[in-house]
Amino acid sequence: MTTRIVELRQGILKKNDELARELRGRFEAAGVLVLNLVSSPGTGKTEFLQKTLAALRLIGSRAAALVGDLETDNDARRLALSGVPVRQINTHGICHLEAEMVSRHLESWDGVELGGLDYLFIENVGNLVCPSSYDLGERIRVALLSVTEGEDKPLKYPTLFNSVDAAIITKMDIAEAVGFNREAALRNIREIRPGIRIFETAARTGAGIEAWLDYLAEQKGATRI
Amino acid sequence: MHELSIVSSIVDSVTESLKAYPGARVLEVRLRVGALAAVVEDSLQFCWGIATDGSDLAGARLVVNTVPVTVHCAACGQNGALESLQHFHCANCGASATDVRSGRELEIESIEIEDAAEIAEEVTR
Repeated sequence: MTTRIVELRQGILKKNDELARELRGRFEAAGVLVLNLVSSPGTGKTEFLQKTLAALRLIGSRAAALVGDLETDNDARRLALSGVPVRQINTHGICHLEAEMVSRHLESWDGVELGGLDYLFIENVGNLVCPSSYDLGERIRVALLSVTEGEDKPLKYPTLFNSVDAAIITKMDIAEAVGFNREAALRNIREIRPGIRIFETAARTGAGIEAWLDYLAEQKGATRI
Repeated sequence: MHELSIVSSIVDSVTESLKAYPGARVLEVRLRVGALAAVVEDSLQFCWGIATDGSDLAGARLVVNTVPVTVHCAACGQNGALESLQHFHCANCGASATDVRSGRELEIESIEIEDAAEIAEEVTR
């Protein structure tokens, strides 16, 4: 029996990567800054995003959000309280968002045009493993980590933390009560992703939100160059 | 656990590539998976059996070659392997390493096939 080897050398997620590249092109052409927010379940992504959206609306920026969950539209309803367009993506069991889901939900989004937005936030499914493999066409990937999760989380999930552009520590208002070791958390994030921007925030008190908004504006400005 | 999604993509890609070799049988699929790719080989193998069962790829072996993480150091200019996934530093000079050059791969490297003519011969024999 003779056999032969056929070289394929192709990306396993080629379809996703190609679609993500296409989306990135569309986002850039429309001048919208797209961010992909990733964290464990319960970190406070939705609360943080709700505050961010409301604050952006107050200063006259046009923002919208896509939010991924396995089931329910609870998060979309919470985010909609901020007064900006929000759309739920239900993955029905899939543990991460894929470029195709983003593309499909942008297609048929009544009243939302990419060209009319300054910012589009994509809240990923709560998971620190699988979302790291799937490019959604975002320009900025953000990891969120709450003070209750353990300061060594970046060391446990290096793949995700090494792939992000910014990190946000949430729930800083209860840091003391839960014995959060701030220095260790900052050190561990930087150990995995040297030089990364880190924001220490508390959605309930609004702490750190201003620095975060400055960063967004700065990044948004950078897209226009 | 997204290995089933990954494996489904592999099955689709290989099936697509097989169109160029009508009737061929796949004996082996060889992958290159980076140490930073967030994919576990045991899970891939487990899902591979499920995803290929009853398909054109049934019985094909899945071989996973792991690609180590290498970084380029801006400080000393060297490329080197990362000693630990918990410590992104240059092994040569100890500076912070931000430029990952390999270790994120998630690729189908090659497939080993037996051509249709060969299979037909075996049958007639």
